[in-house]
Amino acid sequence: MTRQEKKEFIAKRVAREFTDGDVVNLGIGLPTLVANYIPEDITIYLQSENGLIGLGPKPDETTLDKDITNAGGQPVTLKTGGMYFDSATSFAIIRGGHVDKTVLGSLQVDETGSLANWIIPGKLVPGMGGAMDLVMGAKEVIIAMTHMNRGKTKILKRCTLPLTAKNQVNKIITEMGVFEIKDQKLYLLEYNKDFTIEEIKAATEADLIIHNPKEMVVY
Amino acid sequence: MVKQLKLNALEEHLHDGMSILVGGFMCVGTPELIIDEIVKSNVKDLTIYCNDSGFEEQGVGKLIKNNQVKKLVASHIGLNPYAGKLMSSQEMDVELIPQGTLAERIRAGGSGLGGILTQTGINTIVEKNKQIINVNNQSYILETPIRADLAIIYGNKIDQYGNTMYRATTRNFNPVMAMAADKVIAQARHMVQQLDPECVHTPHIFVDYVIKEEDSD
Repeated sequence: MTRQEKKEFIAKRVAREFTDGDVVNLGIGLPTLVANYIPEDITIYLQSENGLIGLGPKPDETTLDKDITNAGGQPVTLKTGGMYFDSATSFAIIRGGHVDKTVLGSLQVDETGSLANWIIPGKLVPGMGGAMDLVMGAKEVIIAMTHMNRGKTKILKRCTLPLTAKNQVNKIITEMGVFEIKDQKLYLLEYNKDFTIEEIKAATEADLIIHNPKEMVVY
Repeated sequence: MVKQLKLNALEEHLHDGMSILVGGFMCVGTPELIIDEIVKSNVKDLTIYCNDSGFEEQGVGKLIKNNQVKKLVASHIGLNPYAGKLMSSQEMDVELIPQGTLAERIRAGGSGLGGILTQTGINTIVEKNKQIINVNNQSYILETPIRADLAIIYGNKIDQYGNTMYRATTRNFNPVMAMAADKVIAQARHMVQQLDPECVHTPHIFVDYVIKEEDSD
């Protein structure tokens, strides 16, 4: 798979994690793609931390309104029934446990459910934005990311970069499989049949518990 | 009646070393005309509180580019490489704090609270040098209130009393910032006679001065 194909594959699989009525916050980058693949038989409410619920598709020339943007500052549209609010309300929604699921990318995740995705000291210092609030506040934290970064594994025994939060990740979805973290242990729930179990284990530094994993279905 | 201010009269409200809360999120809902005037005034050693560092040619990025900012408190500086450069070379002090914590600290500053307790940042470098308080067997970080000398905000419609209504996602940090400064100056996209009292987002008691966009020429 090319990098773009991997991203689309992951986004399609993440989109199947939602249930009807979920309030969901999608991070910037790969997680944003998830919105393109939400199953048609469910309705979910996309929250954007800059102050809206009811995030719709990108505008075209006729629907462009520069006052309506997502958390990346990009123009978006508002779905019928959607609404706007200020930053304090937005983070009360996030921190108060009113977001069912958040999907974020990550630089590293470890088998205890800790994640690091906001700083590479001395190299990249973008800041945490709303990521720390989202992973602490959302009921379920799903990490959507490519399995490796330039041949290096991102699923570790322990994160080495400064943490975004400790023990908060519930699921990791990569092009290789679906992983669950429970009681600080990492389980393989589903695998992509394009890879062998040995390949998945070799690409994962964390101890992986494998017990009758299912085939990863993406459509 | 709210006092209307001409852009060229803004300078008397500015001084070196002052702290300013700047509304907006990635420059959406940022009072750009007021920022342009602060750039012209060339006041120095500012402490700026804003969600992000804007872009190099937009938002608080313009103050950063003009080297007027001594300290920036923000949640994100990723879209302004110049801000990152000044942070690395230690020419500008940058404090990165979680976005929700930034909003709540400002809300605390405007609401007379001694701080807020949050789990955001617990077990990360965010908790460094901060007091940890245990409530019902859960650990929380004590985050202190933020107030500033001045808040500059952006309203879509402001009435003759100063009541302010925002539009769409331009609202973001503007309402909390309007409550947390000694002086509040709002940029109005439109001035109206009177807003529907049910539709006021920021009550006029928080707004000291209004600058009309159409007066900017």
